[in-house]
Amino acid sequence: MIIAEKKPIEEVIEMVKDFRKILIVGCNECVTVCEAGGKREVAVLASSLRMYFMNQGKDTQIDEVTLERQCDREYLEEIRNRIEQYDVVISLACGVGVQFLAETYSRFPVYPGVNTCFMGVTEERGVWSERCQGCGQCILGSTGGICPISRCAKRLLNGPCGGSTKGKCEISKDLDCAWQLIIDRLKELDRLDEYEQIAPIKDWSTERAGGPRRVVREDVRQ
Amino acid sequence: MSVKTPSRLEKILDSGQLAVTSECGPPRGSDPEAITKKAKMIRNYVDAINITDNQTSVTRLCSLAACIHLKLMGIEPTLQMVVRDRNRIALQSDILGAASFDIHNILCLSGDHQKFGDCPQGQNVFDIDSMQLIQTVRHMRDEGKFLGGDDIQRPPQMFVGAAANPFADPFEIRVPRLAKKVAAGAEFIQTQCIYNLDKFELWMKQARDRGLHEKIYILAGVTPFKSVGMAKYMKNRVPGMDVPDDVVKRMAGVPKEKQPEEGIAICVETIQRLKECEGVRGFHIMAIEWEEKVPEIVERSGLYPRPRD
Ligand code: SF4
Repeated sequence: MIIAEKKPIEEVIEMVKDFRKILIVGCNECVTVCEAGGKREVAVLASSLRMYFMNQGKDTQIDEVTLERQCDREYLEEIRNRIEQYDVVISLACGVGVQFLAETYSRFPVYPGVNTCFMGVTEERGVWSERCQGCGQCILGSTGGICPISRCAKRLLNGPCGGSTKGKCEISKDLDCAWQLIIDRLKELDRLDEYEQIAPIKDWSTERAGGPRRVVREDVRQ
Repeated sequence: MSVKTPSRLEKILDSGQLAVTSECGPPRGSDPEAITKKAKMIRNYVDAINITDNQTSVTRLCSLAACIHLKLMGIEPTLQMVVRDRNRIALQSDILGAASFDIHNILCLSGDHQKFGDCPQGQNVFDIDSMQLIQTVRHMRDEGKFLGGDDIQRPPQMFVGAAANPFADPFEIRVPRLAKKVAAGAEFIQTQCIYNLDKFELWMKQARDRGLHEKIYILAGVTPFKSVGMAKYMKNRVPGMDVPDDVVKRMAGVPKEKQPEEGIAICVETIQRLKECEGVRGFHIMAIEWEEKVPEIVERSGLYPRPRD
């Protein structure tokens, strides 16, 4: 899923302090699971903002709504009738949702309430870590199911580098060396001999480098 | 192995003599004297001088320009090139730039993560990795072609080197990794600084068991300690460095003013022991900001005089 983190309240206040009618829109998908932008976080942000404006002696209206998803037009339509009454929207969805909301209601200023971080997993409650960078050409089949592009600090396709120490990455003792993980996994699978195959130079054109990406599927298109 | 380039380093290694290389870090400024001065100190004691490429990710005068300064002095440079800062366009372009000055040695590296340097907030590139950079230089040299497939007019003639760290983890793939670099086309290796000689000799033995010592020239890397503080720093702070406790103890066992001498002695003893290690074809002396000691190390190790053309 997409992992996000709540923006500091000061930053949100700075963005919306001159508005009086505010709608906070949460998302029921990834950001709910990673506890950054679901119904609960919408409520917390709303009460913090109410408190702030009250202390400032400013009369404001702050409402809350959480949509099933903000990356689908269908769900964004659900607020079409009520959005007119607000002068600003804060979206707690990932950057995708924020943009799609802004695109759908282009007359309204839309501000982000979270920092979108990466595609990752919940290691345990409160700990999320990266697993994929969406390079568009999956190589997991040859790396024992561990992605060096997202998990090696140098995205080495033929690692490890000389900095790998006791299973940890040279940049942090808290970070596993992806290549140590790959080697351990290949060993477990009895495939360590594959380590000596040189991974060819990668075609990055399917990655960010190739420009904004699109998938078009004629077979499912309507 | 037969000579494939005009590199002097390659010629010396091919002749069976022990080679000696050293390295200079370029300055954090544009004064060429910072390089030429160091180079003058050591030029008669080494066969080639590596110029580091923004080592530890600290911004410095570029390796290529510093190599050109050496070349203009009649010294043979080894261009270090990391894949951290440049994509395949820039790498190939710099290789051609170096080739236009007849720079005949290149050392292909990943490069330390930028986190360690003066621009920790910068981007990194890592378009290709060090293994693939070896392949790239060999492709440009041997096929005379760019990665994109077009012909190169006057292809680079470079003796292609790589680094090897026998002490990084996991140890079990250290020799397979060397084999991989050989397969990618590396022709010489400069190793990480060696303090744990037993471990290094074990690595060499495993390399010999696979016959790798006959496919690639291995130059053993050494760095003299200036002080016990430096030994401790290298032991605890530098990723992938293996400094055994007894070496630190030995440095700590002599008074402060005698420590530099002790550091040189350890370095000389290391070289003498490794001269006997089958498959070690030379030494790479990295006297970090202590270049003036290189002549003494070379002489005391019995590696002087150097071969003349
Ligand atoms: S230590 Fe491992 S994860 Fe870190 S940069 Fe090197 S190979 Fe990648």
